[in-house]
This record gives sequence, C-alpha cells and structure tokens, in this order.
Amino acid sequence: MTHLLSVEGLTKAYPGVVANDGVSFSIAPGEVHALLGENGAGKSTLVKMIYGLVKPDSGAMTLNGGAYAPAEPRAARAAGVAMVFQHFSLFDALSVAENIALGMENPPRPSDLSARIREVSHTYGLPLDPDRLVGELSAGERQRVEIIRCLLQDPKLLIMDEPTSVLTPQEVAILFETLRKLSAEGTAILYISHKLEEIRTLCDAATILRGGKVVATCIPRETTAREMAELMVGATLMTPKAAGAAPGEVLLSVEGLTLGAASMFGTRLQNVSLDLRAGEILGIGGVAGNGQDELLAALSGERRAPPGAVLFRGRPVGALGPTERRRLGICSAPEERLGHAAAPDMSLTENAVLTGTVRKRLAGRGFVDWTAARRFAEEVIAAFDVRTPGPANAARSLSGGNLQKFVIGREVLQAPDVLVVNQPTWGVDAAAAAAIRQALMDLAGKGAGVIVISQDLDELMEVADRFCALNGGRLSASRPTAGLTIEEIGLMLGGAHDMEVAHAEA
Amino acid sequence: MEMFGGINPAVLIASLMVASTPILLAALGEMVVEKAGVLNLGVEGMMITGAICGFIVAVETGSPLLGFLFAAVGGALLSLIFGVLTQLLLSNQVATGLALTLFGLGFSALLGQGYIGVKAPTLGRIDLGPLSDIPVLGRILFSHDPMVYVSLALVVAIWAFLRFTRAGLILRAVGESHEAAHALGYKVIRVRMLAIMFGGACAGLGGAYLSLVRVPQWTEGMTAGAGWIALALVVFASWKAGRVLVGAYLFGGVTVLQLNLQAAGAKVPVELLSMSPYLITILVLVLISTRGAQGAPASLGRSFNASS
Repeated sequence: MTHLLSVEGLTKAYPGVVANDGVSFSIAPGEVHALLGENGAGKSTLVKMIYGLVKPDSGAMTLNGGAYAPAEPRAARAAGVAMVFQHFSLFDALSVAENIALGMENPPRPSDLSARIREVSHTYGLPLDPDRLVGELSAGERQRVEIIRCLLQDPKLLIMDEPTSVLTPQEVAILFETLRKLSAEGTAILYISHKLEEIRTLCDAATILRGGKVVATCIPRETTAREMAELMVGATLMTPKAAGAAPGEVLLSVEGLTLGAASMFGTRLQNVSLDLRAGEILGIGGVAGNGQDELLAALSGERRAPPGAVLFRGRPVGALGPTERRRLGICSAPEERLGHAAAPDMSLTENAVLTGTVRKRLAGRGFVDWTAARRFAEEVIAAFDVRTPGPANAARSLSGGNLQKFVIGREVLQAPDVLVVNQPTWGVDAAAAAAIRQALMDLAGKGAGVIVISQDLDELMEVADRFCALNGGRLSASRPTAGLTIEEIGLMLGGAHDMEVAHAEA
Repeated sequence: MEMFGGINPAVLIASLMVASTPILLAALGEMVVEKAGVLNLGVEGMMITGAICGFIVAVETGSPLLGFLFAAVGGALLSLIFGVLTQLLLSNQVATGLALTLFGLGFSALLGQGYIGVKAPTLGRIDLGPLSDIPVLGRILFSHDPMVYVSLALVVAIWAFLRFTRAGLILRAVGESHEAAHALGYKVIRVRMLAIMFGGACAGLGGAYLSLVRVPQWTEGMTAGAGWIALALVVFASWKAGRVLVGAYLFGGVTVLQLNLQAAGAKVPVELLSMSPYLITILVLVLISTRGAQGAPASLGRSFNASS
C-alpha cells in the first residue's frame, strides 16, 4: 500500500517553545489515523502545517508521491486536503449555505449549491437545511455544516480536530458511520482527539505526540486506553477517588425556574427544578448551548430570578446577587476562564480579591487588604499546583489548565457550602483535569454540595452521584449515576433527533 | 400646493434629499467598514478632510467633478492612516478613530486657510428634459445634481454587493468572525483595509457635497457633527443599506422642516426646533434598539492578530 501523505522531520519553533520537533508519520488512502497528545503536545501545530495555516521551519511533506508545501489553506484545499475545525470556523449570523460557500474555492451558484448540500447531506445521512442561520443550530448540526463543507470538495484527506467533544453519544455513533463510509470510499482521515475509547473503536493507527515529538505509534485496537493515556502523559495516571460520604440535608433547591435567554443565540430556561444535598455531586449533562450558561447565571446570582425559585437551606435567595450569595455560602465558577471567571489582564492576586473578598475578608472599610489577598492567592497556587512564577502574574499569562486550577481552587478554598461549576475541565490536560475532579470530590466529601455542569459525560459518570440532563432549557429528573449506561444518558439528552444512520449496512 | 404655513411639500422633499446626501454617503461608507468588523469613529474627520480637498481642487481646476474625485482620494488617504494604525500596528480602534476626527478637523483648517470666503464652482443639475417638468414628481425625483443619484445608486449597489456577491460574503464573514475567516484562508487585514478605504472615500464624498453643493463655501468645522450622525445612523439602521437611506432622509427631513418652520415663524422656541433632528433621530434609534436583534457584526471593533 502506498502512502497518501507522508511527513518527514517537520519542525516548527515559536519564541520560547518548539511546537514540533522532527515529527514524521504517514497515512495510506482510506486509513483512519489518530493523532494523540495532551494540550500543548503539538497536535494543532502539526495539522495547521498540513492545512497550510502555518509554515514549517524545516522538514518535508509528500502528497500522492509529489512534494507538498501548501502556502495557504486554499492551496491545501486544491490539493485535496480538507479540515473540520473544532472552533473558529463557522459564522453564526450567516446561513448554512453561505458558510459552506465560504469554505469552497469555486462555489456554484446559490441555488445549485443548496441542491448539492441537500444531496450530499442525504447521501451521508447528515440532514441539514441550507437556509437556516448557523447561530440557531445545535452543536451536532454545526459540525455537520463543517463536514459537508469538506465533503463537497471531494477531499482525499480529511482532518478532524476533536470532532466529538460536543456531541451526544448517538450523534457520535452517526458521525462514526459517516467516517467509516468515507474511509471505505478511499478517503484518508486524520483524527485528533483525546478520547481514547473512541480512537480504539474508530482508528487503524495512532501517532502519539508529547512535547512536540513523536513518542510512540500504536495500533489502537490492540492497545488499552490506559496504555495510550500513559504514553500521552509520560507518567502513570491516578484516578480520582470519592470520599463516599452519605448525602445529608437539602442545601440548595430550585423550583420551577423559568428565565429568558441571555443573548441573541441563548436558550430560555423552562421550569427547571432540582435539589442538591450536602455531601453529593450533582452532574448536569448536555451539549453546550442548551441553557448551561443561563443555569449557572441563575444559580450564581448573575441573573436574578423570582425570590422563591431558588432556595438555600429553605431560605429564598433568588433575588440576591452573587456577592450576597457568596456571603451565604454559594460560590460558582463559570465556563469561560478568560473574561468571565477571571479578568485576563489583572494579576492573580487581584483576581483572588474579585471573588474572595467577602468570605476571606480581604477588604475592610472599603480598602483592600493586599497582604491578605496575596496570601490567599499564594495559598490557592500552592494547594492546587498552579504553575506560575507568582501571584503578581496576569491571569492571561497562564495556560488554560493552570488558570482553570486557579479559578476552581479560588472557590474551593473559600469553603463554600454549595459550589456550582460549568465545564470545569474543558480544554484542560488530563493531569490537571484529574486534580480538579479530585478537588471537587474532596469538597463534597467534606459535606458541601457540588453541581458540575459539563459536556463531558465520562467526567460526569466519574465524579457525580446523580445525573440529570439539560436539553433545550429543560432539566430532566435526576437519576443515580451508578448503573446508568451511556445509551440511557444519550436518550436523556434528547438523543439524536432528526438524525438517521448512514446506510445501515451492518 | 401651499400648506404647512407656506411650506411646499414637493420642495421640502427635494431639499431634504439634498440635505441628507452628505450623511447618507458617509453612513453608507461607515456601514461597509463596520460590516467588515472595524469601528472607525473618524468619520467626521474624514468628511471634513474630503470637504476641503474637494473644495481646493474644484476651485483650482474649476471642475466640481474633479473636486469630488479628489475628495474621495483625500478621505481614503486619511482613512489609510487609521487602517495602518489599527490593522497593522494594532492600536485601539476607538482611540484612533477619535484622534482621526481631531486630526482631520485641524488639518482641514490648515489646508483651508486661503480659501475662506472663496466661491466654489458648483455642480449643476442633470438636465432630464421633460421628466423634470412632471408636476410634483419631477421636482422631487428629476431635478437633482449627479451626486444625489450617485448616493442613491450606492445604496442599491452596496445592498446588492453585500447580499449577492462572493466578495460581499467574504466581507461579512470577516466582520462576523475574523478567526474563522482566517482559518479558512481569507486575508482578514487586506479585506479590512479595503473596506476602511472605501469608507474613507465615501465620507470624503459626503464632505465635499457639503462644501461644493449644499453650502457651497468653505468654513472651518463646517461638517458640524454630520459625521457623528452618520455613525449613529449605521447603528440605528441595524447595518442595513435600505434603513440607512430611511434614517438619513429622516434626519435630513426633520432638519429641513425645522429650518422651514423657523423661517415661517412657527410659535415654537428656536432651541427646540434646532435640537429636533437629533432628538427625533435618537428617539427612533432607541425605539428600534428595544426590538432586540440588532445584527451587529460579531467582531465589530475587535483587533485581529494572526497568532499563527
């Protein structure tokens, strides 16, 4: 079998860091090849070089036996390389057809394009209406837009960057059917992910990157997920352990909460009810954009609700703001690290003051006690192993995982009775994610109630005692996580409505 | 035909079209700039620079058309400063735009020192023959100078460009999400530079319309806030060309009407009449804003820095 694409000794250095150091690997036509690695291992730099977004410092690529050095994505697309991005490649205010036209070299006329979109989406079992605005689509549908945009150009190599991170299990199954069909037709697929079980079911080969270098290659079907994880991290992994406290009294309850959408493409919360007991973790699953941000805002006090809709120890707190709620013992950490959970250009000390003032007494008579504030920031940095030169550094200068550890640590060390977190480990590497999960479980073990809102179902199954699903602004009844199967969760999440499996051949 | 205390509606409409043309031109240009995701607050400065450039060239050559051409060039050159500062050197768009307005006002005053009190050759009306003789309609539609028709054609052209052409789609995409546009391989900075220069040229034309047709003389600071009104109009029009036209004509209409009412000696304090165009425009703006969905380009005012 000849290679479709081979990469020889690609090197790319940025000031202060070598993102890729002599990376070599190759893909055959029809092969599904996984690219594995932690955040910062150099996966995205590598695919950006293949897609022509970044120029390598040295090294060579060959495609179909000829030299391949795309100067820009246009050249890569012309050579038959297409890419499905994880973020940043769709335009909310434009229609599906316009989005697809933007990703094509010579798009046909709008009416022909709509017809072709319908045709391709039907062939691959990915239904899509060309005239809808992308901002109104679910995460799964948005991904279909990207995939169809690629498929319309008959790519020989399809690059997929973390394609399943926002999908429900049923949507993942449909995506895999589509990918297998493409692979059977001879399209090679370069698949980036850190979900190891998926890679084991889908991929033919895997290249593992760490610190910009290829550290191993393996056949995923013949390797265990744990082995692959340890190759990625370069160390043995520890699994978080629950303290196993019995749930106590009801700390926080929400009764029939209805709240309008916060933004143009937001979701309205409809009749949401839940109970949170002391010592337990309540996991709320669901694909982003189904009301997660609105729910966090309603629980944290950022958005006011009718007083009786949110009760803390039986006392109505719905009309209280975040500071009053913190004083009572309800802390929260929103999803967006830079700009919501932390002020990017302020130092860690200043960020510590922003939420810690009340509970840690960092201010008195209107003056900030900077000595105490610095001590609190240092305490968070030490307790949560935040890698930074010191508390005077700006929040922006920290890597995603480190800043997330700081943000979570800042709340946990305020010893809240109730902690609400949204996507606590989104975009965080495995070691930091494990540390954060452990901290949440320890907090619950000490008798606090924790609500974890997350898209990562594996994470919820690991940490949560009870699970409920948020779908279209409605919250399902909760079920104990013990004994819950991934299929049942998928159904709770609303499954994969309006989807059909591509060609049920099996 | 005489009503409203001696105000003829046909003449009123015809003169509101003339009064509105400067802000219409400037607002159309700014709308394209903002559609590309750039907020240029220097409209006022570019307008007045266009006004003096056009005036000088028209006086020296005797050709108002050449004057308009150089007004567009002058406005575009001034906007190029803004483009280089904000797009290449990543300076703050709000501060740079404000500086551009201050610079334009001062620079035009310097250029115009020898031209105060000079009379410029003005633009004649297009002779449309019998069409102009149609009662009422002829006065309203077929008795204007070429720039009024240019501004109306521009409304249609910009609408069609943004809606139907690939270049227009790319421009909207850049304004909507520059990261995504960059990831797809579009030249974000180049698109924005071109949009900025188009906006500058339009503002320059608007300014020259003031100094060559509307007034037609040169006075320092003669734009008198028209650039700011144009900026507000873009928001009020929800970034839609047709609504920019409606907004500009509304503002122009109230301006002309209140002037006529003043002349007719209406029993309303002059101060109230003078503020009415601003007041009414702001009221309409607030009313439309409360209806929610505005359609502001999502990347508006954000600097783009290709990190990779």
